[in-house]
Amino acid sequence: MSQEAGHGDYYVPAPSTYPMTGSIALLFMGFGAAFSVNKLQLGYGLLTIGFAILFYMMFVWFRTVAHESEGGKYNARVGQSFRWGMSWFIFSEVMFFAAFFGALFYMRVFSVPWLSDLDHKILWPDFINEWPTAGPGITEKFMPMGPWGLPAFNTLLLLTSGVTVTWAHWALKLNKRGQLKIGLFLTFMLGFIFIGCQAYEYGHAYSELNLKLSTGVYGASFYMLTGFHGFHVTVGSIMLFVIWCRVLSGHFTPENHFGFEGVAWYWHFVDVVWLGLFIFVYWLI
Amino acid sequence: MAAVHDHDIAHAHDHHPTGLMRWLTTTNHKDIGSMYLWFSFLMFLTGGVMALTIRAELFQPGLQIVNPEFFNQLTTMHGLVMVFGAIMPAFVGFANWQIPMMIGAPDMAFARMNNWSFWLLPPAALLLLTSFFVPGGAAAGGWTFYPPLSVQMGMGMDMAIFAIHIMGASSIMGSINIITTILNMRAPGMTLMKMPMFVWTWLITAYLLVLVMPVLAGVVTMLLFDRHFDTNFFNAAGGGDPVMFQHIFWFFGHPEVYIMILPSFGIVSEVIPAFARKPLFGYSSMVYATASIAILSCIVWAHHMFTAGMPVTGQLFFMYGTMLIAVPTGVKVFNWTATMWRGSMTFETPMLFAIGFVFLFTIGGFSGVVCAIVPIDIQVQDTYYVIAHFHYVLVSGSLFGIFAGAYYWLPKWTGHMYDETLGKWHFWLSMVFFNLTFFVQHFLGLAGMPRRIPDYALQFADFNAISSIGAFGFGLSQLVFLAVVLKSIRGGAKAPAKPWEGASSLEWTLPSPAPYHSFETPPVIR
Repeated sequence: MSQEAGHGDYYVPAPSTYPMTGSIALLFMGFGAAFSVNKLQLGYGLLTIGFAILFYMMFVWFRTVAHESEGGKYNARVGQSFRWGMSWFIFSEVMFFAAFFGALFYMRVFSVPWLSDLDHKILWPDFINEWPTAGPGITEKFMPMGPWGLPAFNTLLLLTSGVTVTWAHWALKLNKRGQLKIGLFLTFMLGFIFIGCQAYEYGHAYSELNLKLSTGVYGASFYMLTGFHGFHVTVGSIMLFVIWCRVLSGHFTPENHFGFEGVAWYWHFVDVVWLGLFIFVYWLI
Repeated sequence: MAAVHDHDIAHAHDHHPTGLMRWLTTTNHKDIGSMYLWFSFLMFLTGGVMALTIRAELFQPGLQIVNPEFFNQLTTMHGLVMVFGAIMPAFVGFANWQIPMMIGAPDMAFARMNNWSFWLLPPAALLLLTSFFVPGGAAAGGWTFYPPLSVQMGMGMDMAIFAIHIMGASSIMGSINIITTILNMRAPGMTLMKMPMFVWTWLITAYLLVLVMPVLAGVVTMLLFDRHFDTNFFNAAGGGDPVMFQHIFWFFGHPEVYIMILPSFGIVSEVIPAFARKPLFGYSSMVYATASIAILSCIVWAHHMFTAGMPVTGQLFFMYGTMLIAVPTGVKVFNWTATMWRGSMTFETPMLFAIGFVFLFTIGGFSGVVCAIVPIDIQVQDTYYVIAHFHYVLVSGSLFGIFAGAYYWLPKWTGHMYDETLGKWHFWLSMVFFNLTFFVQHFLGLAGMPRRIPDYALQFADFNAISSIGAFGFGLSQLVFLAVVLKSIRGGAKAPAKPWEGASSLEWTLPSPAPYHSFETPPVIR
């Protein structure tokens, strides 16, 4: 029954309880989050349970996929499906960030200049069109986050990690497992150092620059963009760590390593978003 | 090696659990498609009951049945439930059932994730519907969540925001699955330009979903942070702008309305050729028109905001861009008409709904062009004219398309012919009562009756009474549909593999009801 270009042996998994587990997790998380933001005690418990179930679900689901892959159940066409799937997932992530970059551009090009125009002089006579700004109604002083200290170092970290992950990829293709292990290790370590630097930067911003989430549009765009990026770096670093563990236990071959590729693509995506952040959030102020 | 695989697949397919566990754990595209369709019908009834409560209140001027706060919750939740609970899941149900069969695939590309995409919907629906019972009630700022109103509301708004997040995740996963299935799992020989039109429209719809659902997630996240974490995205005092919400929301929202109509275009493009017994006229122009509509839909969003404050250049750009969409849409309408021209037509229920679609959707399209004209829109903004317009495209457009598809494919799904007499009753009752409900709303809107208000001036009384009678008639008519579906599941004349002689796509080469696993051996397309 094997076809030349067919998919008669396309792997269709058996019925599974993982999706249902994930849905229960999100049920808990949805109610938990809605209650938590309203300071209801019940919410924190629900949210914790939801996250616990979700992490369990992700662990067993991804483990199953890894075993199926290593067990040779996936043919080339399944691999192609994974590649399409990951590409479109990254595209959806790009659009998520696009919403926040769009908001940043709207503030800088439209809303802040409009608030300083003639129509608004009656309301806020002293407000001038400048960036960064906390807006006309927030008078608390703050300092902006400049680009050439820690952010430039962070840029260096992420660009280097892009090189190390590519090095690891070449090592995997040439079946040099030693270099692969070192390259991957360096990559996720650079990722974790980046997160540490970001955490330090946030502390610095809050304590010394008086730059907060509530610091008008500048604070909102700064923290939301860098925050969601930092979250993605965290997820990406964990993914790289998982891939590294899989490499240590002998997974992946020079021909068959979609798991590695998908994570590498994701990592490059996170890298590119950072370059956008560095230019538009840190540099052009 | 192949033998091992065969065993795995046979095992995966044939020994599925029974009872509730079958539905909870299934990885079968037909099971999942059925769940999507039943879920959407349940939500259709839920949203319908809300609509009927609204119409009951509006039957006479004055306040009779509900208080204004609850009325606002009803209009908001009616919109959310119908858009995210009824129309979109129904289309995904069709995609699940039909796309693997129409392209000759064994199943969807990601069968387990497919199950998750569906089972995310019930938790989201639960969040939405239980929000009626929390302090402050459900979200009441309209389904569009405009700040500052949405920033000020109670916990119901947060529940709606998280419901949106979950439904968005479901839509994105479903879309990625559909795109991958279409791009990667077509039978040998089925090039893109040989795909059935329904598959094409879903490919483009799924692309739009992946494009805009994350933007919706982003904007409701900003809303959540403005509500609870002191950000100032939509607060002018902090340098933000409530209108910015509208821009980002409608960057999602306008493609969303095409997400809710393109699959219906696809269904109608399958049904009309089948009953006109002619191939679809202008297939490739249909494909290009669909793609053009999708592209244009991304650059016209601000026509929802002509009265919100916008530079004149912006108004002109969005007005002309919007009117431009009439061109590819016109291509489609003329192609459907040309397909029927000199065809050997018969008028079974799917065809009736498809022709009803073409007529009434075109009316909705025309009133859309009317709304696109800035000086007119400034008059009809937020009036019943807009309500009439988008119910013509969403009910007699999307929903009639869904009915056409349901009747068309029911024999394939259940193995039995549906009751033609009841089907025709369903169509004619829907047709009459739909127009009774919504046609008069054009006049109400032009005369200045505002939407989302539970009371109105006396001169609007007669048309509102007519509209409410129509709404109840339309609502009750849908029970006929439920009866037809149940009857067809339980029995009836045995359906042949191809009950419609003019139908040509791959699903009709399978027996009826379609076997649990569709094409283990891919068919070869010449």
